[in-house]
Amino acid sequence: MLDALFKYQFLQNAFWAGILASIVCGLIGVIIVERKLVMMSGGIAHTAYGGVGLGYLLGFEPIIGAFVFSICAALGIGYINKKGGAQSDVVIGLFWSIGMALGIFFIALMPGYPPDLSSYLFGSILSVTRFDLYLMIGLTLIVVFVVVVFFNHWKAYLFDEEFAAILGVNTTILEYGLLILVAMTVVVLIRVVGIILVIALLTAPAASAGLLSSNFRNRMFYAMLLGIIFCLTGMWISYELNIASGATIVILSVLCYFSLYIGHMIKNKTNRSLRKSLSEMNEEIK
Amino acid sequence: MRKKAVHVDNLTVYYGQTAALAGVCLDVYEGEYLGIIGPNGGGKTTLLKSILGINPSTKGTVEIYGEPIAGKRSLMGYVPQFAAMNKAFPITVFEVVLTGRIKSGFKPFFHYTEKDNEIVADLLKKVGISDLSERQISQLSGGEFQKMLIARALAVKPRLLLLDEPTASVDAVSREQIYHLLEELNKEMTIILVTHDLLAVSSYVGRLACLNTKLVYHGEPELTEEVVNHLYGCAVDLIAHGVPHRVLKDHQEEC
Repeated sequence: MLDALFKYQFLQNAFWAGILASIVCGLIGVIIVERKLVMMSGGIAHTAYGGVGLGYLLGFEPIIGAFVFSICAALGIGYINKKGGAQSDVVIGLFWSIGMALGIFFIALMPGYPPDLSSYLFGSILSVTRFDLYLMIGLTLIVVFVVVVFFNHWKAYLFDEEFAAILGVNTTILEYGLLILVAMTVVVLIRVVGIILVIALLTAPAASAGLLSSNFRNRMFYAMLLGIIFCLTGMWISYELNIASGATIVILSVLCYFSLYIGHMIKNKTNRSLRKSLSEMNEEIK
Repeated sequence: MRKKAVHVDNLTVYYGQTAALAGVCLDVYEGEYLGIIGPNGGGKTTLLKSILGINPSTKGTVEIYGEPIAGKRSLMGYVPQFAAMNKAFPITVFEVVLTGRIKSGFKPFFHYTEKDNEIVADLLKKVGISDLSERQISQLSGGEFQKMLIARALAVKPRLLLLDEPTASVDAVSREQIYHLLEELNKEMTIILVTHDLLAVSSYVGRLACLNTKLVYHGEPELTEEVVNHLYGCAVDLIAHGVPHRVLKDHQEEC
């Protein structure tokens, strides 16, 4: 495959798309998991489908439509949640379904045969175009910049939003900023694993990293590293066996998480048993 | 004449249609150690958050050292309720206390200085948990967690310290240590303590306020049986944190 990687542009695009997706996954995934925004991310991702449909209907790049719809969904969900009066999961569910419904609706309005949307729904890292890649580079740079530049503010905000507000940190900006970053991340991931599987790539590397490190910054690095391994391995398997890349990446990610989880459980159990044996030995000695 | 650290005038706060605070008037003077007690849902936390300026009041005003809250936030340290904290967050004790050194606004590439690190190390020593500085917060006991939150509040270098049930979920030894620590801190700053610990209130605080949506008592802290009966005035309504709480009956308000 290495020869082919140097030879074919579509494989080079896929390679860089995998790297970029892993970077944003590592940074934003850890925040999403800590902030318990997984379902909200799913809602934003599925709303993006409306933008994809609109893009096809009006003849502009569907990923641009996905970007606009994701940002609108993020701000809409955030605004309604902040104002109160509606349950968060209800609002997310409504955005989730209206986005999908609009996508189907816009596609149905198109004359002639409907386009194949499977690469947006289930992802196809091997079909990432140069335009997609440039958009992904731009969004990744913004996400990395915002997270790195205000890292200590993010950390304080994520641990205790109220205390950060008392210190004079504008938590409203951070709250909406985070939602916009989630929307950008979703757009980066759509071409890699697809709208339906975005949640898996946002959570599996971050959750796996959570089992490997108890340091917030290290978790981000581990999540990025795991994301790169999942994406590139998934891409390789997909290329060699000619199977769906998005699904392969997600299956690898989730299997890795469960393997690490089982390993973590066994380690904890062994440690407990060791501690128990030691305390029993101490008792006997006494 | 002593300065007013906090001046609350006719404060009313609604959550939807429900009044959490109704026409509360309260003055806290510099150097005072005020305990606030009252039943669950009586508005104690709401009052603290209104003083901190993170709870939009429906009506009334709050002044800190004679000025609106906005300009005086840096003078206040806050210890939130233990139950409200995310104890699984991947962060060490030292890092939590460091967050108290963040300045207002957004300074790009903000990083903590060597002086910040020294201040935090001193504070951890002061509250008695310097040996835990590199420990993850998920591994702390209730008492250690509360001491860490007190250290974080002190990292702000406050003149006014507000604590919301700092002895909830804390063992008896740690509770005593926390009260002694607050007694020491009161020599340097004004303290407002929300608690359910009625015994501690009478032993440690200098003044007592009793809140049940309205301020029903504000005065000396001696909680004899007679005073408690006078304050609570009716049968035990509920039990929280192991202490009986009674519905407070209306008393004449201060303002």
